[in-house]
Amino acid sequence: MDLFEYQGKQFFSNFDIPVSAGDVVTTVDGAIAVAERIGRWPVVVKAQVQVGGRGKAGGIKLANDLDEVRQYASDIIGMDIKGHTVERVWIEEASDIAEEYYASFTLDRSRKQHLGMLSAQGGVEIEAVAETDPDAIAKIWIDPVEGLDEATARAWVQAAKLNPEATDGAVDILLKLYRAYVEGDADLVEINPLILKPTGEVHALDAKVTLDNNAAFRHEWADYEATQERDEREQAAHEKGLQYVGLDGSVGIIANGAGLAMSTLDVVNQAGGKPANFLDIGGGANADVMAGALEVINNDPAVRSIFINIFGGITRGEEVANGIVEALNRVQINSPIVIRLDGTNADEGRAILQPHLSDALQMQPTMLDAARTAVALAGNG
Amino acid sequence: MSIFVDENTKVVYQGLTGSQGRYYGRLNAEYGTQVVAGTNPKKAGTDVDGVPIFASIVDAVEATGANASCIFIPAPGVRDAVIEAAEGGIEFIVCITEGVPAQDEAWFFNKLQRDFPSVQLLGPNCPGIISPGKCNIGITAGHIAKAAVPGEKNVGIVSRSGTLTYQALYELQQQDIGVTTCVGIGGDPVPGTTFIDCLRAFEADPETHAVMMIGEIGGSAEEEAAEFITNEMSKPVAAYIAGQTAPAGKKMGHAGAIVSGGKGTAAAKMEALQAAGVRVGANPTEAGELMVEIIQGL
Repeated sequence: MDLFEYQGKQFFSNFDIPVSAGDVVTTVDGAIAVAERIGRWPVVVKAQVQVGGRGKAGGIKLANDLDEVRQYASDIIGMDIKGHTVERVWIEEASDIAEEYYASFTLDRSRKQHLGMLSAQGGVEIEAVAETDPDAIAKIWIDPVEGLDEATARAWVQAAKLNPEATDGAVDILLKLYRAYVEGDADLVEINPLILKPTGEVHALDAKVTLDNNAAFRHEWADYEATQERDEREQAAHEKGLQYVGLDGSVGIIANGAGLAMSTLDVVNQAGGKPANFLDIGGGANADVMAGALEVINNDPAVRSIFINIFGGITRGEEVANGIVEALNRVQINSPIVIRLDGTNADEGRAILQPHLSDALQMQPTMLDAARTAVALAGNG
Repeated sequence: MSIFVDENTKVVYQGLTGSQGRYYGRLNAEYGTQVVAGTNPKKAGTDVDGVPIFASIVDAVEATGANASCIFIPAPGVRDAVIEAAEGGIEFIVCITEGVPAQDEAWFFNKLQRDFPSVQLLGPNCPGIISPGKCNIGITAGHIAKAAVPGEKNVGIVSRSGTLTYQALYELQQQDIGVTTCVGIGGDPVPGTTFIDCLRAFEADPETHAVMMIGEIGGSAEEEAAEFITNEMSKPVAAYIAGQTAPAGKKMGHAGAIVSGGKGTAAAKMEALQAAGVRVGANPTEAGELMVEIIQGL
């Protein structure tokens, strides 16, 4: 789950990482109220969208008085930044910047340890630094059992060649950031830029945080969850507890198992079609889950055909087939369906489906045949 | 032969008293797996379908000689369950549970490496392991797997995906090809057992003649496997990588199946495997056909 900058700053504050005082608002009046409350000038008006390049797009402005706050807030709220509509702005006191750094923690899946990255070249995309000047990024790998201690953090800061004046402040923030990453159950924490002020303080000017949804059971993340950006289809699927990802094609996909669902997208593409979604209904494939999945797909106006791809394992073919028949009785489907049913007791399952077959409900023996049929029915095969 | 497990493997189920544990524990036992014990501190002294329940792994191991465990307990308890199994003397831990926090996985993976280097963890978020005809630990449907036949050309399977694993087993069964062991390593970011662990074991197993590998987007495990295959494997490998058309930045069902920052794409994985001499299929069916060709050519 990706957080907005303002949520990331709240998250950082919980771990005592210094961020600028500010607040998030959805209206121009709200922006003015926050600026008045801050009471020092200038303030920064920052678009809250989960996409990079906000500054270049005109989504970050420095305001010197209330008129400018009004002007910029009304410009930015509602603005489209790379397909994301700005619904909220964050207002904070502007910071004096002497130097800009970069700091992050994430999991290195290859080494199976945590990876810390620190660079004296902040304020730009770290991927660009990695490409042009890889030596400018000081990396450390941290054994999750040992954690990060102060001596290691200090040596790391020195290796990154930050201004010596920033050392103590940076060490302090890095230790807190590591704690936020581990105890906060983040997949990624990133501060870019991490700034050194002329007064010598080190401070997080931005906050990028991705939380691990699997750890939601031990945190209070309802506020973060409530602001997740999902399209209508994804929201409907989420409410039904389905593993769904919206795509922009016309073949609706239902499969059991994440791997099979991914490979269903692959074969639909190979057959010349475009999937409308990824949807994994898990191993069971009972009538309730199937009906819910069909409802979500059926409500997608872009869908022209539906491909149900089921491989029976423990769940037997006849159970799957009965589930499909029952689900079809409950949901009025707008698009033709193609079923591929294989695996355990596939013959028994197919026999159950046989009397229900028509132009609107077809069955194909293999995944590839079913993909071709579904693509043809969608009219772009 | 099989890898990691065989007919002598004795399994204790952590979570046998739960609905999932009970269901699959019974299926595993019916398959012929030595299901010797379950654990639950609140139900010690009772039994589930005749399988005795102990308060702890230590008690279960002492009473039954269990050397493997299978974890079915909910995600919040997995970290403690893995460590309890390792401390209790279990050598092979299979964790079926889905939804374990990545921080926990990273922690217990490193904890095991450091303090229990001889313990092999499989999973979390995996279907388990089956050595057809000998042992089935987890949620794989045993009857779709043909047992390896001594003297014939047999295949080993390693996979990040559950359903695609079943499909591979099923297709090989349809072709009358035996499987020595099928290992589902799971779809999480920090799998306890890697492709390389399995490839190394299959390379060393005289009864395995070829390996079928099913990968998916995310991470670099397939690229690392390709390097291992180039340097250390003599046996032929066929592969399929799921998610060739998955959009970047989206988790595709599995916690580990995500293309981020241009890394972890199926194209890069397929290229690396092909460069290592692996026969890579465009879809599961094609990979199965390639495996049949490989076996017929041996």
